[in-house]
Amino acid sequence: MEQITNLLAITLAAILANNFIFSQFLGCCPFLGVSKKVDTAVGMGIAVTFVMGLASAVCYAVNLLLINLGLGYMQTVAFILVIAALVQFIEMFLQKSMPALYTALGVYLPLITTNCAVLGVVLLNVQNNYNFIESVVYGITGGLGFLLAIVLFASIRERLVFADYPKAFDGFPIALVTAGLMALAFMGFSGLKVW
Amino acid sequence: MTNVIYAIVVLGVLGAVFGLVLAIASKIFEVKKDPREEEILSHLAGANCGGCGFPGCAGCAAAILAGTAPVNACAPAGAENAAAIAAIMGQEAPSGERQVAYVRCNGGTNAKKRFDYVGVKDCISATKVAAGPLECAFGCLGFGSCVSACQFGAMSIGANGAAVVDPDKCTNCGACMAACPRKLIVSVPASKKVHVACANRDKGKAAMSVCNNSCIGCGLCEKECKKDAIHVENGVAVIDYDKCVGCKLCTKVCPRDAIQPAATAEEKEKYKAIKKAQAEKAAAAKAAAQAETAEKA
Repeated sequence: MEQITNLLAITLAAILANNFIFSQFLGCCPFLGVSKKVDTAVGMGIAVTFVMGLASAVCYAVNLLLINLGLGYMQTVAFILVIAALVQFIEMFLQKSMPALYTALGVYLPLITTNCAVLGVVLLNVQNNYNFIESVVYGITGGLGFLLAIVLFASIRERLVFADYPKAFDGFPIALVTAGLMALAFMGFSGLKVW
Repeated sequence: MTNVIYAIVVLGVLGAVFGLVLAIASKIFEVKKDPREEEILSHLAGANCGGCGFPGCAGCAAAILAGTAPVNACAPAGAENAAAIAAIMGQEAPSGERQVAYVRCNGGTNAKKRFDYVGVKDCISATKVAAGPLECAFGCLGFGSCVSACQFGAMSIGANGAAVVDPDKCTNCGACMAACPRKLIVSVPASKKVHVACANRDKGKAAMSVCNNSCIGCGLCEKECKKDAIHVENGVAVIDYDKCVGCKLCTKVCPRDAIQPAATAEEKEKYKAIKKAQAEKAAAAKAAAQAETAEKA
């Protein structure tokens, strides 16, 4: 029971209270880059969720290996290697099975490699001493938090096209203002305590 | 020491394992590409100049394959490669003469300046400051936006401060034409040598006052041309390259040296003398004919 409560707490924190984008400011590049359309935002969110979950699982094993060999200091390098390989794998997978999503994601797909949210989640797993299940749950829910954020943001940006704001704010400025306001809104979750 | 070896071995093994997995995955998830795309790509210029309007040469190749771009979309590749691409696509080779870019301004130092511009050395920036430092609204600013846009080293700023094209290096990719804020650069047939080096559409007096080399639309060239190949349109002379034979008569009568290659003063004098002699001869013949008719009557 305690295990389940613990996992729920991790889930809530990863999606709402400690949302990767709005409170940890990780993964802002694809968040701003691929959020012009809801469709591609959903695709990107799912891809990132997939990579984060898988990376958490694989990196947990790699980390165990490194710790046992006394090579803990190689974590970052090894994790980057794992993430790069995973992204490459997903890229091939998408190109074969979902070419439309593959073209829609464009350059941002290989850029998941350098998405700091992915490296962030695996490093936080180590820092928080999560076990295997907790790591995977944190990875997936962290990705879901990213998905939630980017989809909300994309739907706002779709509406912003029709909004009447000063010309000087066109493009990224208004997007950044929006993102800032959303981060403020998500701050409301920081006092969230259910258990 | 063992630590270092451990580190190298562990990372190496990890890398090898991932590499193996990826190699297997690439076989499983292999996407069959149209082999023609690679072939078309090999016939494009490969400079990624963007002159075709697609993101890079690969984008252009995909567009040609999809039929959304013509087989000769890549101007730098030239007619030979366009024909090769047409063959790949099963189409007929497009005909057409090689075109090169030409800068329709010979002003430079001859153009009058309104003020000294000391900002960023870039034509677009210069036009943003009080509509540019030149009196002439159609003149080459000479800050070389086209020079930096050219991937083939064909553009340079000439001796008098206006941009010039090296027709041997030019591939007509269109990058300079897009870069020029005054739209002074146009495509002309490479074989034609006579061009109007001015784009000033102002009325005669206004055009005269802003530059020493401006076309004032006087129409002398139009009258001189034996082939009906040059006309004043919208206040500036324009050559019809289908008709022009390159006799350069227009350059000899242009009072502003706006048609390139400009004739020297000597050549002009010579031509004037010939014309004068011809006119005198014609007048004498006419007078003689008149006298003859008078005598008969």
